[in-house]
Order: sequence, then C-alpha cells, then structure tokens
Amino acid sequence: MARPGTARQRISARGGRRLGQAGLLAPSSLWLAFFVVVPISILFLYSFWSSHNYKLIQVFTLANYRETFSDAVFRVVMWRTLRLAFLVTATTLVLGYPVAYFIARKVTQWKTLFYLLVIIPMWSSYLVRVYSWKAVLGEQGALNLLLLKLGILQQPSPIFLYNTFAVYLALVGSILPFMILPIYTSLEKIPASLIEASSDLGAGFWRTFAKVIFPLSLPGMLGGCTFTFVLVLGDFIASQLLGGPSGILIGKVIYGQFGLAFDWPLGAAMSFVLFAIVFTLIAIAGRFGALKEG
Amino acid sequence: MRALRPGRARSPLLALVAFVFLFMYLPMILIMVFSFNSSQVTILPLEHFSLRWYQELFADSTILDSFTNTLVVGAVTVVISLVLGGTGAFALNRLQFRGKGVYEFIVTMPFVLPEIVTGLALLTFYTLLGIRLSLVTVTVGHVVFCLSVAVRTIGARLQSLPRSYEEASYDLGAGRLRTFFLVILPSIRTALFTAALLIFTISFDETVITIFTIGQENTLPMLIWAMMRRGFTPEVNAIATLTFVASLILIVIVGTRSKDQV
Repeated sequence: MARPGTARQRISARGGRRLGQAGLLAPSSLWLAFFVVVPISILFLYSFWSSHNYKLIQVFTLANYRETFSDAVFRVVMWRTLRLAFLVTATTLVLGYPVAYFIARKVTQWKTLFYLLVIIPMWSSYLVRVYSWKAVLGEQGALNLLLLKLGILQQPSPIFLYNTFAVYLALVGSILPFMILPIYTSLEKIPASLIEASSDLGAGFWRTFAKVIFPLSLPGMLGGCTFTFVLVLGDFIASQLLGGPSGILIGKVIYGQFGLAFDWPLGAAMSFVLFAIVFTLIAIAGRFGALKEG
Repeated sequence: MRALRPGRARSPLLALVAFVFLFMYLPMILIMVFSFNSSQVTILPLEHFSLRWYQELFADSTILDSFTNTLVVGAVTVVISLVLGGTGAFALNRLQFRGKGVYEFIVTMPFVLPEIVTGLALLTFYTLLGIRLSLVTVTVGHVVFCLSVAVRTIGARLQSLPRSYEEASYDLGAGRLRTFFLVILPSIRTALFTAALLIFTISFDETVITIFTIGQENTLPMLIWAMMRRGFTPEVNAIATLTFVASLILIVIVGTRSKDQV
C-alpha cells in the first residue's frame, strides 16, 4: 500500500523532474527540428542556388529572386492569385457570415447537424471537392444540361470550365467551411445576457448587431479571412484541374518548376516569396488575436 | 431575441443559408448521382442505375493496393502523431521551459503554411540527403502536418483537466507512470480518440504534401489525382464518391463524439 508522500519523497520526485521534462519535450522537439526546421532551411538554401541543364549548382546567387521579380509571367500570375484570393475571401465572408450567425444564434434543436454539415466539407478530400465542380461546369455537367433544356444552348458548351471563374467557384465552394467555422465559434461565445442587456436598454436588432454582435465576432472573421486567403494563395489543385491556361495560379507555377520546367532553385525562390506573403499575413492577423479562434 | 427580429427578415436569412449549403454540397451530390449512371459518357439525363463502375474499381488491383497503402500510412501517422503530439501537449500545458513560444510556433507552422511549401521543403530535404522517396517519406510528411492537430486537440483537454487530480495522485504516493496511466490517460481518452480519427481522416485524404513526397507506391489520393487529370470519367466519380463517404463517416463520428471543436 502506498503511503501519502513524505516531504522527502516529494523532493526526490522534483529531482527527477528535469529528466521527465526532457523526456516529454525531446521527442516532438527533435521531430520538429529535423522534419520542419531543417527542410524549410534547405528549401531556403535551394532558392540561392541555380540549375543548369537539369543539374544543381550549389553556388550562392540572387538570380532566382531577380528572375522571380522581373519575370512578367510570374508577376501576372502573382497578381491574378492575389486578386483571386481577395475575391474568394470577400465572397466567403459575405456568404459565410450569415450562415455562421444562423447556426450560432438561430438554430436550437439541430445544432449538431448543422455543425456537421459545416465540418464535413472542411475535413473531407479537397481534391474530390474541387473535382466535383466538373459535374456542374463540365461539358456533361448540370449547368450545360439546364441551359440545353431551357433552349438557351443548342449544344453543350465547354466554356464554363478551364478559366479563372471555374477556379473561383470551386475555391469558394471548398473553402466556405473554413470561413464559417471560426465565425461560428466567436458568435457562439457571445453570452446571451449581453444581447439581452442591449435589447433591454432599448436597442433594436440592427443596433444590437452593429454594436454588440458584430464587434465581438471580429476575431473569428479575421481568422476565417486569414485561412481563406492562405488557402487560395497555396492552391494548385483547383488551378490544375479547372483553371486551364487563363486560370494558372502561383501554386501551379511553383509546382511546374519542380515538374516539367525542372528548375528547383527558381521554384524554391518563388515558394519563399509565397512564404513571405503568408507569413506577413499571419503575423498581422496574429497581432489582432485572430488565430486563437477555430 | 425573437421579439427583436422583424418577422420578414427570417426568410431571406433562411434562403441564404439554404443557398450556401446547396453551393457546398450540390457538386458532390451530382458526382454521386453520376457514379451510379450506367452510361459511359456521363451526361444527364441518367440512363439506368448501375453498380458497374464500382465493380470495375473493386476488380482493379492497383486501386486495392493503393487503398491498403493509404490505410497503412494513415495508421502509422496516427500512432506517431499521438505519441509526439501527446507528449508535446503535456509539456506545453504542464511545464515551464524556455522557448515555449518558439515551440508552439513551429508546431503550428506546417498547419498554417500552404501545404505546397511544406511538401517542397520535404522534397528538397530528402533529395539533398539522398533519402529515397517511399511511403515512409510520405508518412513523415503527414505527421509533420498532423502534429498540430494532435497537440491542439489533446492540449485543449489537458487544459480543462484539473491539476488537483494529478496532485492528489502524487500525494497518495503514486509515481509518474502510475499517475499517467491511472489518472491522466483515462481522462484524456476521448481527446485521444478524436485526435486519432481526425488525423486518420486528414492522412486518408492528404494530397498536396503526398504529391511531393511519394515514391513508387501510390496512396489512394495519388491514384485519384492521376485519374482526374485524364478526364471526367464514371470511374473517377465512383472512387470520388467512395472517398467522400468514407471521410463523411469518420467526420460524423468525430463531430458527434466530441464536445470540443475540431
């Protein structure tokens, strides 16, 4: 039978603590150092090397960054990607906020169901969800069928796929849950008493919304916007499957450097430009406490 | 609240909510419907209900092999992530150490960074070190991504677990190991279960990091990715339906079992 620990036992337990600390912290720290910090450093290193006839030349150069910033194609694609990221973020915010509000404050009985309906598309395959837009926009898709039935089209048209708009629709559809969930979380946290107090003091619905609910949901909105923006910036699957030549995004250009073009150092430099943009966004959002949500 | 709302404002909100859910689900529903259509050229109106495409999938040994690979990668990813994430979450919640902020930052980094950057970082790392790409290199990539999920899910539970339980256990003379197995582990069981399922789901569907770290053997998403690039075919619709339903089941279990947000 164990007796209550004496003072001495407790002190000796404390003596073993340092070892215990190391044992707890070491496995994941080593893993992170070896498989996160080192690889990202190596990618960074690559961005200062060069490639000649498919061979890697390990001599320091800034040529990749110079090429990245001076290349007209890269600039066009970068702007397109940033513009699209902005558009998708704005759209998902406008569409997602009311849904988050509805689930958080209007639904009483079926809350779990609605919550599930949001997280199912969030965690299921992004690849499959992006691809599924071919069933809507493709030549054999629902939109073509509808237009044929209505007599607007005489023949199935291929124009709805392989452009930036197709990518935009698929991204909005796939990323919406990443916007809804953080906003829902922040709305859910608002105490009912706060809203009651506002109405007791004579504020109408819109006034309560503007003065109480909306400001308190700002961190969730900022979190959702950050996630959305970053997801669009890093996408190459939607760009590859639905974008065609006019819907090429920065992710696909980077992917191409590691595939067909086979210029790893240039691809590494481009991904570091992407890295820097994402990092800045997250740092700004983090300052406003956005990433504590969802 | 209800008294506040003008009655007519309700229906536009409902209509918008319905529209958004339709927007999120309609494409996937169409894929499912198409996957049961007997016609080779998937055009509406549907011909006959048919399981033909599913039969062809199950007859294809490369699909079954890649499915097995996916399960193995997923299972190993879960085990490693839980061990590393569990100890990490415990250290974050119960210990004071220097560099805590840096540790937290690095854990979450692969989760917030675009996956393409993580994938490329691992690819250059493997290449420079001369490590041959295989399912092992894929698994490492999946753990890198999933570690933050484990740390966050288990960490949230540890934070809400009163420390007095552990202190009581120590005071009654139990050592570290006994306290861990008899007090802490039973209390965080649900969180471990949730984290495990969620990590498995992520690994099961993981595409981007896998594209850059895969060797000769394929996982299911790699096979689907290759099939999709060839075109819009009934087989792809069938396999897309199956993966979606598999994820759906896992997510429903996670979402209903845990009260914690995922």
